Amino acid sequence: MQGEPVLTMRGICKQFPGTKALDHVDFTLRSGEIHALMGENGAGKSTLIKVLTGVHEKDSGSIHISGIEGEARIHSPQDAQNAGISTVYQEITLCPNLTVAENMFIGRTDGALVRWKEMEKKAEAILNSLGIPARARQELGSCSLAVQQMVAIARAVDMNCKVLILDEPTSSLDEKEVEMLFGLMRDLKNRGVGIIFVTHFLEQVYAVSDRITVLRNGELVGEYLAGELPQVSLVAKMMGKSLDDMGGLEALGQKRAPGEDPVFEADGLASTECRPFDFHIRKGEVNGFTGLLGSGRSESVRAIFGADRVTGGRVRVKGRNVRIASPHDAMKHGIGYLPEDRKRDGIIADLSVRDNIILALQVMRGFFRPMRRSEMEAFADEYVAALNIKTASKDTPVGSLSGGNQQKVILARWLLTHPDYLILDEPTRGIDVGTKLEIQKLVLKLSQEDMSVTFISSEIEEMLRTCSRLIVMRDRNIVGELTGSRLTQAEVMKTIAGGER
Amino acid sequence: MVRPVKRREPLTDAQLLMTITIGIFAVMYGAAMIFMGGGFLRTQQLFDLLNDNAALIIISCALTIVMIGGGINISVGGVIGLTVMACALYLNGSGIQNDVLCIIVTFLLAIGIGLAFGLFQGFLISYLDIQPFIVTLAGMFLSRGLTTILSANPVKVTHAGFQALVKARAAFPFLGYTAKNGNLIAAKLEIGAIVALCVVVLVYLMLRFTRLGRHIYALGGNQQSALMLGINVKRTRFMSYVLSGLLSGLAGFVFLMHKPAGNASVAMRSEMDAIAASIIGGTLLTGGVGNVIGTFFGAMILATIQKIIALSSLNESWWQEMANGAMLGLFILLQSVILSSRSKHKKTAPNSAAGRGGWRTIRPRMGRRRGQ
Repeated sequence: MQGEPVLTMRGICKQFPGTKALDHVDFTLRSGEIHALMGENGAGKSTLIKVLTGVHEKDSGSIHISGIEGEARIHSPQDAQNAGISTVYQEITLCPNLTVAENMFIGRTDGALVRWKEMEKKAEAILNSLGIPARARQELGSCSLAVQQMVAIARAVDMNCKVLILDEPTSSLDEKEVEMLFGLMRDLKNRGVGIIFVTHFLEQVYAVSDRITVLRNGELVGEYLAGELPQVSLVAKMMGKSLDDMGGLEALGQKRAPGEDPVFEADGLASTECRPFDFHIRKGEVNGFTGLLGSGRSESVRAIFGADRVTGGRVRVKGRNVRIASPHDAMKHGIGYLPEDRKRDGIIADLSVRDNIILALQVMRGFFRPMRRSEMEAFADEYVAALNIKTASKDTPVGSLSGGNQQKVILARWLLTHPDYLILDEPTRGIDVGTKLEIQKLVLKLSQEDMSVTFISSEIEEMLRTCSRLIVMRDRNIVGELTGSRLTQAEVMKTIAGGER
Repeated sequence: MVRPVKRREPLTDAQLLMTITIGIFAVMYGAAMIFMGGGFLRTQQLFDLLNDNAALIIISCALTIVMIGGGINISVGGVIGLTVMACALYLNGSGIQNDVLCIIVTFLLAIGIGLAFGLFQGFLISYLDIQPFIVTLAGMFLSRGLTTILSANPVKVTHAGFQALVKARAAFPFLGYTAKNGNLIAAKLEIGAIVALCVVVLVYLMLRFTRLGRHIYALGGNQQSALMLGINVKRTRFMSYVLSGLLSGLAGFVFLMHKPAGNASVAMRSEMDAIAASIIGGTLLTGGVGNVIGTFFGAMILATIQKIIALSSLNESWWQEMANGAMLGLFILLQSVILSSRSKHKKTAPNSAAGRGGWRTIRPRMGRRRGQ
C-alpha cells in the first residue's frame, strides 16, 4: 500500500527576523500514506507547509519530488501546483456563489468561452468516482462545509496531484462530517496519493494516519509509525517534556486555599464556538484551563466573558442568576478578560499608554461621565509604577512598547476596574522570561487579595505554579479536573492524552 | 450510483431574487393596466418605457457588471453627460459632408470617451488598489466639469443626418392598435431601445458563457478564493471597469439619439437610478450575486413608477423620489428577509451569499487560524 517516497525534504532551514522558524528539518512522504504533521504553536508546521507550497522561500535545504529530475524548484504556489503539490486550507478557498462544477474547473480552463455541459459532465464523473455527495450544478454555498471541503479536494485531485496537503481541514466540521472526510482521504490514499495531514486533534491523527512527524520549536523531533507511538508519548514529544521529568518546581509565592463562596458558576454554558460545559470558580481561587492548542481552552473562557455568541446554559455570579450576552454585561458583573491575541483584541496601538489603561474603566462608567484629566494621570501613574511598565512616558503610543510591556498595560487596564474575577488567556505568550515570572507572581498576589483568576497558558509549568485547580480539555471537551497532589506534569499529560493507547 | 444529470436544481438565491423582481414588475404593470387603463393597454406604452429609458438600461447593465465583481462605479451618469455634450458639439461643428461617415465618427467619439474613462479608472482601481468609490467619484466630478468647460450653455444638435437617425423608428404593425378613424397605428421602437435590448442580451451572454464573465462572479464571490483558484484578479477587475466605461459611452450616444441636445445637467444622478435598478434586480452590493435580466426588470420597474406618477395627478418630482426610495427600501428588506429565512433551513457556510444575509453586516467568525 505504501510505496516509494514521493516527496523528500532534507535539511530545510528558514529564518525570520528574530526567530529561526525551521532548523534543519527533514520530512519524507511516501505514496499512498497519510502522514500527520504535529506540533504545538510555533513548532514550524505552517512554515514547513508554506515552504513546500512556495509561499515562503527556504533559506537552505533541498526538496525532491518523484518524477522530477534533480531538485524541485518551488518559488510560487503555481510552481508547487505544477510539481504536483496541492493544498486544501482550513478556510475554504472556493467561491460560494458559483456552482460546484465551476469551482472545480474555474481558473484552469483554456479558451474564452465556458462549455457548461462538458464541464458539468466531467465534474459529475469526478464527484461520483470519489463518492462526494454534491451535484455538479448545485451552488457551492448550499453545500455543507464538509462537502465544500471535499469539493476543494476533488479539484486538487483532478489536477493530478501526487502530494495533497490538508491544513487543518477538520476544524470546523462535526463528527459525522469528519468521518466523511476521512473516508475520502482513505480512498485517495488507496489510489496512491501521498497526504500530509495537519491537525490539532489527537484522536483524528490516530484515526487515519500511518505516520506521524513531530516538530518542536522549528526542529524535527522525529518521525514515527502511528501504531508504534502511544498517544501519551506523542503529547510529551509535542510539549518537549519527558514523562519522567517531574522535577520539583520552585514556588513563586504561596498558593492560598480558595474561599468557600463561588464567585462565578456556569451550568451547560455553550457558545457558537464551544460545546456545553459546567464551570465554577471560588473567591480567591486561581484555576486554569489546559489542553493542547485548539482543544477549546480559549473558546470556553470567551463564552464565560460573552465574547462569542452564547447559545445556552445558565450563569450565576455570586449566587445570583445573571445573563451575560456581551463583554459589557460581563464587565458590569465584575469580570475582566485579557484576550489571547493582544494585537487583535486587546491593545489599541495608536493610543497612548495612559488612554489604553483608562479605557475599560471609562467604558464601565459610561461615556457621559468622563474622567477628569488629573484622575486619569493619577491612575496611569499608579499602575505604571505598580506593574513596573517600562515606557518612555505615559503619552507614548502602546504600539511602540515591547510585547511584555503591552501585556502589562492591558493587565493594568483590567486591574483598574477592580474585577472580582479576572480571566487571563495566554498572558505570558511571546514575552521575556523575567516578565513572565512577574506576571505569575502578580496572579498569586491578586488571589491573596481575594480576586479569582482563571489562567490559561501553553506552558504547563506556569499553570502548575499558579493554579490550585486545573481543568483539562481535549478535542473541545473537558476530560478531567486535577487538584492537590495530582497537579503534576505527568498527570496533566496523561489526562490530555486520554490514558494509554 | 448514477444520478440523473438533467435534474432540476432548486432556485439559487440569485435566481429567486430575480424571479421576485420580474413578478413585481408584472404585478405593477398589470395593476397599471387595470386601474389606469388608457395608454397602458397599448404595446406602445411598454415600448415608450424602453424608448425613454434606453440609456438607463445600458448604464444599469454597466453597474451590474461592476457590482457583481464587488465594485462600484458612480461616474456613469457624468460620462453620459460628457459624451452627449461632446457629440452634440462635434455634430454641429463637423466638417464631414457624408452624413453616415459623420455619424460613425460621432459614435466612435462616444465610445472613445467611455473607453478612456473605463481604462483610466480601471487602471487606478485594479493596479494601484485605490478605492473604486473614490476613483469613480473623482471621475464623476471630472466628467461634469469637462462638460461645463465644453459648453456652459445647452447645445441643440442641428445636424440633419443625425436628426433623421433620431426620428428613425422600428415599426411593429402587428403590435399596434386601430385608432378611432380606422387607421392602424403601429407600435414603434426607437433605435436606442433596440440597442439597449441588445446590450442586455450581450451582457447576459458575456456574464454567463465567457471566462471573463465567470471570473467576475468569482471575484465578487470571494476575492481571496478567486486568487487561490488561479484567476487573474487584477485583470478581471480592470476589465469590468473597462466594460462599464464602454457601456457608459454607448449610453451617451443612445441618450443623444433620444434627446438630441447637450446640457450640463444631462443624465444628472442617473448613476443612482442605475444602482437602484441593479439592486432591485437582485444584485448584491457585496458582490458575486446578480444578473442583467433582473437588472433590466429593475430599470423597468423604476420606469413604470415614473410613468404611473407622470400620468396620475401626482406629477411632482418628489413623488417620484419617494416612490423610488420606498421601492428600494422594500427590496432590500425583502431580500434580507428571504435570504435569511432560506439560510435558516439549510446549513450554510459562513461565507456563502445566503450566509452573508445580503445586507446585514455579519460578525466575522471567531474560528481563528492557529499555528504560526
